[in-house]
Amino acid sequence: MKAILALIVGDPQADRAVPPTGITARLTVFAAAAMAFLAVIAIALSLSAGRVAERWADELAQSATLRLPADPTQADALLLSALEVLQTTPGVARARALSDDEQHALLEPWFGPDLPLETLPIPQLIEVIADDEGYDSAGLQARLTAQVPGAVLDDHRNWRAPLLAASTRLRMIGWIAVLLIWAVIAAVITLAAQAALSANAQVIRVLRLVGARDVYIARAFVRRFTLRAAFGATGGVVLGLLVMQLIPQDAGTLGLMTDIGFRGAGWLWPAVIPVLAAIVAFVATRAAAFARLKEQT
Amino acid sequence: MIELDKVSYGYGGMALFSQLSLTLAPGSYQYLTGTYGAGKPTLLRLCYADLHAKAGHVRLFGQNTTQLDRDGVAFARRRIGVVHQDCQFLDHLSVAENIALPLTVANRAHEAAANLPELLSWVGLGPQAGQLPPQLSGGERQRAALARAVIMSPDVIIADEPTGNVDWEMSQRLLTLLVELNRMGKAVLIATHDLHMIRSLKSDLNAHVLRLKDGQLTEAGAAL
Repeated sequence: MKAILALIVGDPQADRAVPPTGITARLTVFAAAAMAFLAVIAIALSLSAGRVAERWADELAQSATLRLPADPTQADALLLSALEVLQTTPGVARARALSDDEQHALLEPWFGPDLPLETLPIPQLIEVIADDEGYDSAGLQARLTAQVPGAVLDDHRNWRAPLLAASTRLRMIGWIAVLLIWAVIAAVITLAAQAALSANAQVIRVLRLVGARDVYIARAFVRRFTLRAAFGATGGVVLGLLVMQLIPQDAGTLGLMTDIGFRGAGWLWPAVIPVLAAIVAFVATRAAAFARLKEQT
Repeated sequence: MIELDKVSYGYGGMALFSQLSLTLAPGSYQYLTGTYGAGKPTLLRLCYADLHAKAGHVRLFGQNTTQLDRDGVAFARRRIGVVHQDCQFLDHLSVAENIALPLTVANRAHEAAANLPELLSWVGLGPQAGQLPPQLSGGERQRAALARAVIMSPDVIIADEPTGNVDWEMSQRLLTLLVELNRMGKAVLIATHDLHMIRSLKSDLNAHVLRLKDGQLTEAGAAL
């Protein structure tokens, strides 16, 4: 804590010993801001992709759809038989036949609003909701085949597997992007620090001549770059959060766009980014400074 | 305090010195002479570990420079005041801040208040205290460099042509400062071509005149 306070407060005398270098200062602030902005977006997208995929997978895992044959003459009998089977199946919390309006709404995106549903042989759909224990999907299908010939149980397994895989990959890609962003920050700040050290070769020579220790010389550079990185990253985070507010919040019911952003503990990330940027800058500048100083007698 | 023991040094495979020995004892006052290219600046740089000998030993205050880490060299340099011929400064700091720099880097900046005004006055830079180094003339830069070298009251003062660009009156004033420090027990080594300077003070001091020639260091005779 004492070291952090010393870094923030600094030694005015040591700071003055090294002249401010305009181009490297601007480069560091800009790079930190740009990378923090990208980090905010990448982390938000990664977290959001995970949340959306998990929600879809949870919803699909809880529900299944039973499709009855489209036979108008036996529709009611098939429905009753199917509901009876479902109500006596362990693990099924509830089963509900979709109304004509609900089926109409499902078909409307494909056939338009004027679909004459009553004149078409539309299969009756039953929504099956599992309880926490779940049911034996293969056993249920077997019983339905025996008692309701032609009934097909869709437990959404074919949907769920790719969603979970996509979710895992999206999150992985997001975190790889975040790691690359931090690596770029470290590289840019190292280059900027080396440029500053080269530009101040005479300053370093004079300071060494009068008995300055390496840590004294390095401290002025390290403190300067650390604070610049933290300052730039804070600006980038604020900009990133503002940009995310511009994303439309009512872009559909699939939850693709409505969930982008930070939730709960995820809000720690925007707060942590400037601190991480400062730590990266501190480590990168310190390493660059000591390496460069060792090259000089 | 500073001891070069059978030191060899060269550039690009060409030997500049070979088996050269030199001791800067407390209270000693030595002039280093030699022709251009004899290696006087190199010899001075070896004395404050700005260069490392190819062979032999350089000891600063009893410690072999090969065994000193970088902090050790820094601490040793705080006991050695150096005046370079090219007089480099931190151009963004004022003359006063530059002269006080050795105290600043040693976390003794508070001591500057007591010594700095008097020192500035002695070297005739009082009016220029607030100026930046690029605004100084060659002679003023040399005076500022000498003031910076002595502000810590170092044990050893090493100067390369410290009076090269100043008038006779000022050069006597600067030399008087060095003589006073020498009388306080400080070791002084001055590289110079200025025979007048050597003659003017040699009789007042127990000064030795060393001649660097053909890679060897010899003591000059009374002919000077």
